[in-house]
Amino acid sequence: MSTTTAATTENKKDRWASGVTPYAEMGYYDADYVPKETDVLCAFRVTPQPGVDPIEAAAAVAGESSTATWTVVWTDRLTDHRHYQAKAYDVTAVPGREGEYIARIAYDIDLFEEGSIANLTSSIIGNVFGFKALQALRLEDMRIPTQYVKTFQGPPHGIVIEREYLDKFGRPLLGATVKPKLGLSAKNYGRVVYEALRGGLDFTKDDENINSQPFMRWRDRYLYAIEGVHRATASSGEVKGHYMNVTAATMEEMYERAEFAKEIGSVIIMMDLTVGYTAMQSMSKWARRNGVILHLHRAGHGTYTRQKTHGVSFRVISKWCRLLGVDHIHAGTVVGKLEGDPAMIKGYYDTLRLDHVPESPEHGIFFDQDWCSLAPVMPVASGGIHAGQMHQLLRYLGEDVVLQFGGGTIGHPMGIAAGATANRVAVEAMIQARNEGRDYFQEGPDILENAAKGCPELDAALQVWKDITFDFQSTDTPDYVVTPTVG
Amino acid sequence: MRITQGTFSYLRDFTDPEIEAQIRYALTNGWSMSVEYTDDPHPRNSYWEMWAPPMFDLTPEEAEVVLREVRACREAHGDKYVKLLAYDARRGRQTTALSFIVGRPPKEPGYRLQRSDAHDRVQRYSLQPYAVDNPAGHRYASANGSQP
Repeated sequence: MSTTTAATTENKKDRWASGVTPYAEMGYYDADYVPKETDVLCAFRVTPQPGVDPIEAAAAVAGESSTATWTVVWTDRLTDHRHYQAKAYDVTAVPGREGEYIARIAYDIDLFEEGSIANLTSSIIGNVFGFKALQALRLEDMRIPTQYVKTFQGPPHGIVIEREYLDKFGRPLLGATVKPKLGLSAKNYGRVVYEALRGGLDFTKDDENINSQPFMRWRDRYLYAIEGVHRATASSGEVKGHYMNVTAATMEEMYERAEFAKEIGSVIIMMDLTVGYTAMQSMSKWARRNGVILHLHRAGHGTYTRQKTHGVSFRVISKWCRLLGVDHIHAGTVVGKLEGDPAMIKGYYDTLRLDHVPESPEHGIFFDQDWCSLAPVMPVASGGIHAGQMHQLLRYLGEDVVLQFGGGTIGHPMGIAAGATANRVAVEAMIQARNEGRDYFQEGPDILENAAKGCPELDAALQVWKDITFDFQSTDTPDYVVTPTVG
Repeated sequence: MRITQGTFSYLRDFTDPEIEAQIRYALTNGWSMSVEYTDDPHPRNSYWEMWAPPMFDLTPEEAEVVLREVRACREAHGDKYVKLLAYDARRGRQTTALSFIVGRPPKEPGYRLQRSDAHDRVQRYSLQPYAVDNPAGHRYASANGSQP
């Protein structure tokens, strides 16, 4: 105490005087701060209210997502408060987007409970998104330090174990969501499962909103679906699966459904993002314990991931889901009916599949991310895709992906099994052509047409859907694009 | 019935030049290659017999070496299933990268699905290839008269 200088005494007096002190002056902004390798880093897109200084707005975000409240409290002085304060260390205007700034904020790892996405999210996105001084706020990306990564289980199995378990290599997996989503009786539902699997798909899937409704209770659905699965396995010699949706109102019911799915021999179950982070993390532990692959449908994410200025980017949701641990997650199609800019989707897929994800603004990636061998997640592409797009799907999404053709299987003019066969022939023909060194992206339509000569099912699919595209402007796009350099 | 395990079972059987093109792709990626055969094509049969130790360190120009092993295995085991595998030893993969059937028995009788009734409408399923009713080595009609 005796060594305190006059200057700091004066600063402290300002800092600790009762009343409201700007967040930046309270230490929540520090342009000289050098992030530690153990810090959790966030990139927020901040849109301050008119007249609010962007640095003060960024400091407010740091404050409200860590230790601060609206006024000075003396109880801060009972702590090593600088350690617990988040620090905005960089605030940069977004090119071409007036009034928007990217604020980079560092949080000490001590702020977070080990292995808890619920705690991480309660801190980072807990209160701050409703803050009045901001017009809008978006969490664009996070860097999770490896020390924190290692406190999570991660995917129960991951891509490698799933492929070995299914004995399926060298091509995208194929699936279909049973349609219509609602109204089928359990027996009719199982028919769709059987036909789609025997025709050549690897998986069929419950839709997100198929849980246990009056027209079809979960137990009846599971029994008929597994009959379809086993019949199709017997007719093909392949391992097949149906994602049994265990989403329910309580954890107890989710466990009951998962246990039953396991008991009757299902290799895979699914849940919806709507069940919440804690429920998902519980199911992830269950799936690891019981050797059942775990699929996640991202139901509801569009309410907070889609708008460019407000919410949480799907990159971040992808990171949280890889940490809490799912084997599959829906991550966009590029060419289908749902939102998906190609550059952004590459960012999501990289985040889910790579062990080291390098910073890459053109894909929306703001930080290097090391996963230190946490298993990768298999992305799932679903929604308005069909066999005629196979070359594009392979080019944009790669090989470690589940391509789900719901309408593109069940809506086939020759029947469900024929629709499945069309998709399987298309993917195998495209992989063959790619491996032979052909420019499959340019020659894709020719490759498919040629494959269709020996396959009336594929021929019919190409005829029906050849002109179907979903060509709309994306809402969520990168701020930075790669400009070709003249060499 | 046609067993559809492997990467390319929905296409017509590959010719030798087509197999060689896939070998070249695998070797270009730096993958090692191996040939395996079985007369028990149960989907959970993880361990087909290894025709020879895996072939490491081949260049794409040596694709012919692998194709020769495929041919030799097919000749010796024409009455069985033969598959060609490429293995990716990179960290993070360390698993099979490509796996496809390059030889089949002349007749594929398929699988018997056995059921038994359990509690509360639950069925217990078990799957057996019809061929495994016979002892190993006597399961499929011989294609070329070779003795197992």
